[in-house]
Amino acid sequence: MSFFEMGGYAAYIWPAFGVGALVLIGLLVISLRRLKSREAALLRLEAAGGGRRRRGRGDGDEEDAETEKEEASP
Amino acid sequence: MATKTKKAGIGLHFFANPARFLRFARKIFPWVAIVAVACIVAALVLGLAVVPADYRQGDAYRIIFVHVPASYMALMIYVIIALASAAGFIWRHPLADLIAKSSAPIGACFTFISLVTGSLWGEPMWGTWWVWDARITSMLVLLFLYLGYIALNSAYDDPTKGARASAILALVGAVNIPIIKFSVDWWNTLHQPATISKFDRPSMDASMIAPLLLMVVGFIAYYLAVLIIRLRSEIAARRIRNLRLAQVGG
Repeated sequence: MSFFEMGGYAAYIWPAFGVGALVLIGLLVISLRRLKSREAALLRLEAAGGGRRRRGRGDGDEEDAETEKEEASP
Repeated sequence: MATKTKKAGIGLHFFANPARFLRFARKIFPWVAIVAVACIVAALVLGLAVVPADYRQGDAYRIIFVHVPASYMALMIYVIIALASAAGFIWRHPLADLIAKSSAPIGACFTFISLVTGSLWGEPMWGTWWVWDARITSMLVLLFLYLGYIALNSAYDDPTKGARASAILALVGAVNIPIIKFSVDWWNTLHQPATISKFDRPSMDASMIAPLLLMVVGFIAYYLAVLIIRLRSEIAARRIRNLRLAQVGG
């Protein structure tokens, strides 16, 4: 019997693995797309902010500066 | 003295700073992605092609290699959401709320996979697609908890309010987790008891356990990879929101 017939259970096994693959890959693609679009929107907003900051990141800036200082100190 | 306080700061508060978390996430992302792909592919090859058929269920039992790991992830991610919700609620840990929010859709997907693959396994083995058995019903309740969590979390204009409301839902809904876990022992219905448990020897041959454990590891790595992507996306959304507010206000 061939591999794809799965001992007569092909009608159950392949859909089970297919649904798993479809859902997991779908979620991955949706999550990646959303990240891309948000990062692009963030870049646009920062560019529109007009170079007020070297690499402006909104309110995260103070936190960033603090971390950098903390990590630089020996 | 300075190093001492710094050391004490590592732990719960280490990732309180999103910028530090993002640096860490960028470092580990390639590794979890590689582990996810390698383990899932290996589990599929072993589980579908290498491991022999079961003496009673024939090839149908191979559904176990996606059904059990997915169910395990559904429960584990809910526990993570409940713990992160508690941390966000009690300590107002900024990343904990985002971890809970970002995990919910992943957990919902695994719960859905668990229910569909269980149904596809039930039909040839039990002769029915669906039965209102304790395990299956409590898994369906888990799916509704996930969906309710996602809906409530995004129901408020203020994300902090959404996080607090959905945190309460997540914590109350956590009652369902031990019910799911022990349902097969408490109610003797169609669903079979656990194949692998900490206390007994597994009721499965060692060669059949390898693909199962590989798939669990692969799914955990997949969860971490998608969680990192979604967390980065949430952090970006928060910055966008703050920038917009600053522009309107300033």
